[in-house]
Amino acid sequence: MITVDKVSKWFGDFQVLDKCSTRVAKGEVVVICGPSGSGKSTLIKCINGLEPFQQGAITVNGISVGAEGTNLPKLRASIGMVFQNFELFPHMTVLDNICLAQTKVLNRNRAEAGERAMQLLNRVGLADQAPKHPAQLSGGQQQRVAIARALAMDPIAMLFDEPTSALDPEMINEVLDVMVKLALEGMTMMVVTHEMGFARKVADRVVFMDGGRIEEDAKTDEFFGAPRGERAQMFLSKILTH
Amino acid sequence: MAMKYNWDWSVVLCRAPEGVATGTGGSAAQLPGGTSAFAGGAAQTFDTGAHCAQPYFDWIVSGLGWTVVVSVFAWVIAFSVGSVIGVSRTLDQPWVRRGATTYVELFRNVPLLVQMFLWFFVVPELLPKETGYFLKRQLPLPEYWTAIVCLGFYHASRTAEQVRAGIEAIPRGQTYAALAMGLTPAQVYRYVLLPVSYRIIIPPLTSDFMGIFKNSSVALTIGVLELTAQSRQIAEYTFNIFEVFTVTTVLYILITLIVSTIMRFVEKRLHIPGTIALGGN
Ligand SMILES: Nc1ncnc2c1ncn2[C@@H]1O[C@H](COP(=O)(O)OP(=O)(O)OP(=O)(O)O)[C@@H](O)[C@H]1O
Ligand SMILES: [Mg+2]
Repeated sequence: MITVDKVSKWFGDFQVLDKCSTRVAKGEVVVICGPSGSGKSTLIKCINGLEPFQQGAITVNGISVGAEGTNLPKLRASIGMVFQNFELFPHMTVLDNICLAQTKVLNRNRAEAGERAMQLLNRVGLADQAPKHPAQLSGGQQQRVAIARALAMDPIAMLFDEPTSALDPEMINEVLDVMVKLALEGMTMMVVTHEMGFARKVADRVVFMDGGRIEEDAKTDEFFGAPRGERAQMFLSKILTH
Repeated sequence: MAMKYNWDWSVVLCRAPEGVATGTGGSAAQLPGGTSAFAGGAAQTFDTGAHCAQPYFDWIVSGLGWTVVVSVFAWVIAFSVGSVIGVSRTLDQPWVRRGATTYVELFRNVPLLVQMFLWFFVVPELLPKETGYFLKRQLPLPEYWTAIVCLGFYHASRTAEQVRAGIEAIPRGQTYAALAMGLTPAQVYRYVLLPVSYRIIIPPLTSDFMGIFKNSSVALTIGVLELTAQSRQIAEYTFNIFEVFTVTTVLYILITLIVSTIMRFVEKRLHIPGTIALGGN
């Protein structure tokens, strides 16, 4: 479904990604972890073309992301993305947030979009919040709305960039529960997170990044059993002790 | 007050006699009429008994009307052109940004009075012959159109800076999120960045809107008979300068109050529930 082939990227002279390669099959859940600044967000943003890259290739469902002439809006519409800071649009109600791209990108009519939105709000347990504005919701609720908003586009895959790291501890689980359910239903997911409980439970593979390189890419059991690299071991011991 | 001055507020209440057309609506017609009357009886103006030689009240109303018309049209230009320029300054294409920056620097840094003269005297000469002729000879009320365009483009440079600042105040993540769901860059501006940034910049937009009304008085230099011009004319006819300019001052303050009231209402209407109100409502 998603293949990343020797992707390198520079911000000016600074190399953020160094020949990164990995792949995500249909229905697979891949967790990406690694220290701050290792390039996780940049890599995940390259996958739907939010960040350009200079070398290598990325294909999603057979379509090359970096190639000239690729219809990026169309490609992006088929990949859902969830951000650390939710990024709901503050001036729109929860319902309008979920309907915007449905009507403007998929050309669904308003009634159809509204119906789909309510279905998904029900699924994340927030149907009663539909008429509210994002600022009237808690962080956990906002992130669940953001997930519903991404799912409303009927994506073929979902990208998550640290979806729980801006949340208070008591709200982390309500978001993780939604994500676990999604994974068990067979959604293809790439998740940047340090929630190793989540990784253990649903991830097929874990990717460890450091300094712009993919240092480990292993089956979840193997990764937690015996990560080969020293850096990965150190990193794991740090985040697992608390 | 140290000097001896005969206050006579009735001057500003002079109405046209019944049935006499004074051209209240189209004040371009007034100046010739008024001037000839003045030439015919200069002595009248010193005579307090005959101070109603002209319908001064109607002049003030007409001047006020033109101040409002010129300012509102100028604001429409300022808002639309300013939005386009402001957005251009946030785009990725370097040549678009440079063009927009040049516009802002140019229109913001040349004095308004000079711009007024440039638009009125110089621009028609630089245009193709027929266009210039049309502007000077065929277009009705050329000084009014000129004033509207000049004020509009001048204030557009200020609006542009505010729009740009508003857009830049929005976290980058909002753009990423909007693009990620498949919106085109134009749609991202239309549905996300602009609606939010306009809300952010309502306070500076308000004070700039008031600024247009105040700056519209500069248009008198090219012959626009707006409020200040009419007041000056009445003052020259009657020598009741204190009364006339008191009324004018009060009218400008009133306009400003009305604008700020309207904008406060707009701000309230557009307020996003759950966020902190800046206006304290
Ligand atoms: N627009 C940019 N211009 C220059 N450097 C950037 C830019 N965006 C990111 N970087 C740099 O690239 C590196 C990787 O950033 P990235 O956000 O991908 O890291 P990350 O692994 O997601 O870290 P975190 O855990 O803090 O989110 C960092 O050193 C960062 O400073
Ligand atoms: Mg990151």
